[in-house]
Amino acid sequence: MAHKIIPIGPYHPLQEEPEFFRLHVDGERVVDIDIQIGYNHRMIEKISESKSYDQVTFVVERICGICSTSHPFAYTNAIDDLLGVQVPERALYIRTIIGELERLHSHLLWLGLAGHFLGYNTVWMWAWKCREPILDIFERVTGNRQHYAMFKPGGVRRDMDEEDFPWIRKTLKDLIPTLDMFKGAVMDDPVIRARTEGVGVLTKEDVRNYCVVGPTARASGVAIDVRKDDPYAAYDKVEWKVITYEGGDVFSKLVVRILEMYESVNIILQCLDKMPKGPIDLNIKDIPPGEGIGRHEAPRGEVFHYIMSDGGNSPIRHKIRAPSYMNIFSNKKAVIGETISDATIILAAVDPCYCCTERMAVVDYKSGKRIMDGEDLIRLSQEKTARLKEQFCK
Amino acid sequence: MKKEEIIQDIKHRLGNDIIDFNDRSERRVYITIRKTVLLDLAKHLFSVIQARLCTLTGVDTRQGIEILYHFSIDELGLIISLRVILDKPNPEIDTLTSLIKGAEWIEREVHEFLGVNFKGHPDLRHLLLKDDWPEGDYPLRRDR
Repeated sequence: MAHKIIPIGPYHPLQEEPEFFRLHVDGERVVDIDIQIGYNHRMIEKISESKSYDQVTFVVERICGICSTSHPFAYTNAIDDLLGVQVPERALYIRTIIGELERLHSHLLWLGLAGHFLGYNTVWMWAWKCREPILDIFERVTGNRQHYAMFKPGGVRRDMDEEDFPWIRKTLKDLIPTLDMFKGAVMDDPVIRARTEGVGVLTKEDVRNYCVVGPTARASGVAIDVRKDDPYAAYDKVEWKVITYEGGDVFSKLVVRILEMYESVNIILQCLDKMPKGPIDLNIKDIPPGEGIGRHEAPRGEVFHYIMSDGGNSPIRHKIRAPSYMNIFSNKKAVIGETISDATIILAAVDPCYCCTERMAVVDYKSGKRIMDGEDLIRLSQEKTARLKEQFCK
Repeated sequence: MKKEEIIQDIKHRLGNDIIDFNDRSERRVYITIRKTVLLDLAKHLFSVIQARLCTLTGVDTRQGIEILYHFSIDELGLIISLRVILDKPNPEIDTLTSLIKGAEWIEREVHEFLGVNFKGHPDLRHLLLKDDWPEGDYPLRRDR
């Protein structure tokens, strides 16, 4: 039987992480999916081979516009691993704070988008409003709201001013009631539960088989987190716990991300209290021949960097693996058997760049005629929520 | 299982098929092996020790095309990198996709950038390069 094909994507060049999903549908059901990536491939691994070790930090910072610190974090971990050096303690605390602030703003951004696609535009507006104070902290600490340029091999580039600490503490503590509100809004809302529970399930077996990482894995009850498993920076010097949830569905992914934000606030507050005084940089001059592996638990999961050096000024091989690379592929499992109106939120649940879905179009495979575009599909999703709302309010 | 046990076990299993062993640090181990034993060892790491495949790194070196299979044992925070060296100009090795579904994209990427033929791979189309990229031109080869 000929299936209709729904192309989602490919992308808008201004968004990060473009991808192209081709959904094969039989009526409302998704029966197969073909995923294509590479539309914005920049060959950063090759560019890296022509830059000095210091410059590479800036290059990799530009891999992602949202979690811009994740790649420098993993890269500097890889260089520190290659050198076998111990970075000054104060620098480790500063790195941890930047990493966790980033998780906060990235999860809030995702929460807003997830709300929008489910038809909860208030959640969208609120989540993004609440994200602003985090960006204000970034601006105060690093001078930038994005692309902080704080990391360098062997330390950090800028120190943090202790005079800012009370204000940072207050800003973060003020965030807690907001998080409580989101937690209540998600966990207690029957409509959100109806839209997300049991939708797009990844089992533990799937997680292992597809090598899934980050919140996507933890929402299936697999407690993997590089911060705990392979501790780096100051993550083994503060108290915190890995958040897991058993469902494996979109709801579980929502819950894991919301609860992780509490842990991030917790980690940052402890770091501010415990941060020792002292140098922030080892002033590394030469990189000897050798190889190193660095990992960082980015908001979306494990970032993996491998560096091979021959003792020259540039790496001779720099392998980069971002978490979405593993997670997007798992959609092949999660989305099959679900309906078109749920596909948007399932594809979004792994937190790839969501904006790509704005360019969705339903095309009749035989005639090539456009039936629905991205807005129609979002409307479809939002209408389903509205129907459920009516049903629950009766 | 502790790190020492895992390593002893691997050494015992492979015997002479280990070309080089580098216990680099507490959480990083590099093992160069013959390519014929890769699939068995990967099966052991994935199914018995429950390791996770992080990714593959392909490097074009003087000796040939080196491929590193980075396996992460998350309970120990340990990364075991299995290194195989494939002969140029037509490097070939068995695919891991029958064992680990997640290896599909990773191997496609190594294939298009270094021209490694993964025997038994279900779908070796381009992943990141555009569809009309010239046949036989591999961007990460140093002899281009």
